[in-house]
Amino acid sequence: MNWKTTATAMGLALLASTGLARAEGVLNIYNWGNYTSPDVIKKFEDKYKIKVTITDYDSNDTALAKIRQGGTGFDIAVPSQTYVPIWIKEGLLLETDPGKMENFKNVAPEWANPEFDPGRKYSVPWAWGTIGVVVNTDAYKGPADTWGIVFNTPDELKGKVNVVPEMNDVIFAAIKYVGGQQCTDDKAVLKKVRDLLVAAKPNWIAMEYNTIEKMGAGDFKATSDWNGSALRQRLANAAIHYNYPKEGFGLWSDNVVVLKEAKNVENAKLFQNFIMDPENAAGLSAFHRYANAITGSDKYMPADMKDAPEVVIPADAKPKGEFQKMCAPETQELYTKIWTELQK
Amino acid sequence: MATAEEVAKAAERRDVRDRWLLSAPALLVILLAATGPLLIVLVYSFLTPGAYGDVKWQFSPDAWVSVFMERDIFDDTLSLAAAHVTIFWRSIKLAVVTTLATLALGFPTAYFMATRSEKTRDLWLFLITIPFWTNLLIRTFAVLQIIRNEGIINTILLKLGIISAPIQILYTDTAILIGMAYVYLPLMVLPIYASMEKLDFRLVEAGYDLYATRFKVLRKIIFPLVKPGVIAGSILVFIPALGAYVTPVVLGGGKNMMLSNLIELQFGQGRNWPLGSALSITVMVIVMLALLAYVRNAGKSGVRHG
Repeated sequence: MNWKTTATAMGLALLASTGLARAEGVLNIYNWGNYTSPDVIKKFEDKYKIKVTITDYDSNDTALAKIRQGGTGFDIAVPSQTYVPIWIKEGLLLETDPGKMENFKNVAPEWANPEFDPGRKYSVPWAWGTIGVVVNTDAYKGPADTWGIVFNTPDELKGKVNVVPEMNDVIFAAIKYVGGQQCTDDKAVLKKVRDLLVAAKPNWIAMEYNTIEKMGAGDFKATSDWNGSALRQRLANAAIHYNYPKEGFGLWSDNVVVLKEAKNVENAKLFQNFIMDPENAAGLSAFHRYANAITGSDKYMPADMKDAPEVVIPADAKPKGEFQKMCAPETQELYTKIWTELQK
Repeated sequence: MATAEEVAKAAERRDVRDRWLLSAPALLVILLAATGPLLIVLVYSFLTPGAYGDVKWQFSPDAWVSVFMERDIFDDTLSLAAAHVTIFWRSIKLAVVTTLATLALGFPTAYFMATRSEKTRDLWLFLITIPFWTNLLIRTFAVLQIIRNEGIINTILLKLGIISAPIQILYTDTAILIGMAYVYLPLMVLPIYASMEKLDFRLVEAGYDLYATRFKVLRKIIFPLVKPGVIAGSILVFIPALGAYVTPVVLGGGKNMMLSNLIELQFGQGRNWPLGSALSITVMVIVMLALLAYVRNAGKSGVRHG
C-alpha cells in the first residue's frame, strides 16, 4: 500500500471511529516555498474535511512585513526561531498553547521549552537544521570541517566557492571564524570580520541561493548551505559532502504559529496538533529533507534520511552548534553596513 | 431668446464639462495609483526605521544623509558614501553600456526589417516580439543554459576541440551584458523600426545620386530621420536597465550589488525602509535628470535640423 492510500485509509478509519467530521472548512497556510509536503496536506484534508491553501514566501522579512500590514487572510505562518519573539512581541500571534495539545507529548525534550517561545505558548516545531559547508570531494580532498573553505579558500577551490547570501548567516559564520560571539557589536571583532569578508570575496564565484542545481551541475565545487539542501545534493552526487565547521555553526528552526487575525482558528489548532504526530512529522521531513523535533518519527523516516550525516549531527560536532539569535537593531545596522561594503 | 452664439457657447461649456466628468474616473485612478504610492515612498524616506522593518512615525533626515554620506562604523568619521557611489556608478554604467549594445545590434536589425518587402516585414516584426511571450526570468535562465560551463556554447567548443577547458562566461560582467542586451533588444528595435518604416527611401536614393558615400547617407540622411526612434528606444532600454534586478543576479552571481539589490537589501535583511525609500527616490531623480538632458539635447539638434 503506498503512502497516499495509507494516509487516506487512516483518515477514513479515524473519521469512522470518531463518527463525526470535526471543524469542516478551510485553512490558509503561509509558508516558505517548496517546503510543505503535499502528501501530508492531503492526509490532513481528508482527515478533517478541511480545504487547505498554501501561499509561498521567500524570506522572514517578507513574511513579517506582510503579516504586519494585516488583512492577509492567512491562518498559519512558519517563521524561523530568530523571528518568533518579534512576532510575539508585536502581537501578531494567537496564544494557542500547543504545550497543552494532545500530541505535544511527542515533542523531543530539547525542543519542548525553547528560549524563543518559553513553554511553547504559540509555536509548534516544523523543521530544524544546521548551516555548514558543502564540498565536492572530487575537487578538494583536504579537511573541510571549517569556515576556512569559504573565508580562507584553499587553492583547489579558488573561484569555485559560492556563498548563500543570507546576511545574518554569513556574518554569524565570519564572527565564529575570527573567534567572536554571535550578535557581537565589538568593533575590534567586526573589523576583523569586515576585513576577512572583503579579502575572501575575490575567491568566490557567486553569492546565490540556487545551490542544489549548481553544485549538482558542477558550477560550484563548494558552498555554504543548509543541511537539507546538502542532503539533496549528495543524493544527486555522492562526492558531495556536508561538513560541520569546527569554529561553530548555526542551528535554526522553523515553527508553525497561528496568526491573531486567523479566521479559521480551530482548523489551525488542529493543524498544529496534527503535525506533532510522529508519522506526519516524518512525512513533512520526507519532503523538505530537514529533521523534525518529534520523538518517534524516526520509525517513519525515509531510509535515506535515517542515518544521513546531514540530518543526524555527529556527536563530536554537536557541542559546536549554536542557536542563532536575533541581534539588536543597532547591531543589525552595523552588519548591514559591512554587508553593503562586502557587496559594493 | 438666446442668440445662436450663446447657444453655441453653452454647448461648448457643456461639452468641456462633460469631458472633465467623463475623464474624472481615469484621472482619479492615475492620480491615486501613480502619485499615491510615490508620495508614500517620499514620506517614508523622512521617517525613522522601525526596529524590525517598517517605519516609526518620527521625522528623521538620517535616511537622506546616509544616501550620500556614511559614518564609518570603525573610526566614526563622516565621509562620502563610497559604497553607494560605487553601486550607483556600476548600475549607471551597465545601463549606458546596455543601451549602446542594444543600439549597435538594434539599428541594423531595424534597417534590415524596414528594407524588406511589405509582406515579409510583418513576419520579421512578429519574430522580434516572440521573446516577449515568455517571462523575463525564464529568458534569463535560457541565457544561463547557453553560456554556463556545461552549457551549449562550451559543450560545442569542447566537442570541436577548439578549447580544452570551458570558458568561464557565467558570473562575469560579460555574462550580465549578454543577458541585458538580449533581454532589452526588442525594446530598442521596435521604436527604431517604427520610424525607419516611415523613412522615405527616395531621399536615400537622392543622396546616392548626389554622390554621397554610404556612410554619409547613413549619418546625414537616415540617422537624423530616425532619430526620434533611436531616442525612444534608448529611453525604453536605459530606464529598465538602470533598475535591472533579475538579470545581474542570475547571470552575474550576485557578488556585486546593483542599485535594485541595494534597495532590496534595505527593505529585506537590512530593515531600513527609510533608506530604501530615499535610495528609490534618488534613482528616480537620476532617471529624470538623464531624460531631461537627453530631451534637451535632442531638441537642440532638432532645431538645427529644421
